[in-house]
Amino acid sequence: MANATSERAEQQAVEDFFAALPHAAALGLVVEKMENGEAVISMPWAAKLVGDPATGVVHGGSVSALMDTCCGGAVMSHQQAGGATATLGLRIDYMRPATPGQTIRAEATCHHVTRTVAFVRAVAVDDDTARPVATATGTFTVSAA
Amino acid sequence: MTSGRLAPEPIQVVKQRRDEALAALVGGVPYIGFLGVRFERRGDELTAILPFADSLIGNPHLPALHGGATAAFLEMTAIISLGWAMLWPRIEGGAPVPGPGEGPVLPKTIDFTIDYLRTGLPRDAYARARITRVGRRYASVLAEAWQDNRDRPIAQAAGHFLMPDTDG
Repeated sequence: MANATSERAEQQAVEDFFAALPHAAALGLVVEKMENGEAVISMPWAAKLVGDPATGVVHGGSVSALMDTCCGGAVMSHQQAGGATATLGLRIDYMRPATPGQTIRAEATCHHVTRTVAFVRAVAVDDDTARPVATATGTFTVSAA
Repeated sequence: MTSGRLAPEPIQVVKQRRDEALAALVGGVPYIGFLGVRFERRGDELTAILPFADSLIGNPHLPALHGGATAAFLEMTAIISLGWAMLWPRIEGGAPVPGPGEGPVLPKTIDFTIDYLRTGLPRDAYARARITRVGRRYASVLAEAWQDNRDRPIAQAAGHFLMPDTDG
């Protein structure tokens, strides 16, 4: 019981830490879930994120920032890789423009961890969840135990 | 007696035309303004500048630039450099300079791969892109960002872009 409470507190701490990241706050990111190597973070549409004013489609760079944050969150919440991490590499494929006005939701999974490297994949969708907006794969540092 | 060559344009006219064209290209993108990125021009060469701001921090403990901000910075450097490479020959060839917000349609990112080489420090960052190939439909671009030392880049990136349809 006490264990479950401390785990919950630990998870809350991770979520709070992320919410306090200045750039994540500037982007308007909302942490929906961050536990056991999985993270879900959403980014509501905002005028400041737009890359193409003619259509209102958000800039690819804002999706990159969302993906990087979400992948990092998945690593931080993984039991074997827990703690501080930094992105080594990130590849993002943009399948289609996100629909203007809709929230983009990224889901990342830290699917493999070695002593030195954490491997992550992620997918981002808008309201049409059957057709992803973007996918990403990333590698992150694992802090020395 | 008339010479066969036109008199060279006054330098102020040339500079104003190029700076207005660059402003038209960059000024229409809200996300560039949100990050505070601006572009400096030397002839046709562009350098992107990301002035440091607290809102760019990703790790308050170090503190370090957010990797996502660095990624977005490199991506917009690549896209604007591509758009500039499309626009330059037109305006130098005598086409009218587009007004603010009337710049050409920008290329779309197909994929973008970033290597984080060093921690981004809480200070200004710079970036340049090199267009390695432009075809009718696809373009390949490399981009590099650095801070204090040009020889110690903080990140490098490679991307593919879909070129906008052009008339003719």
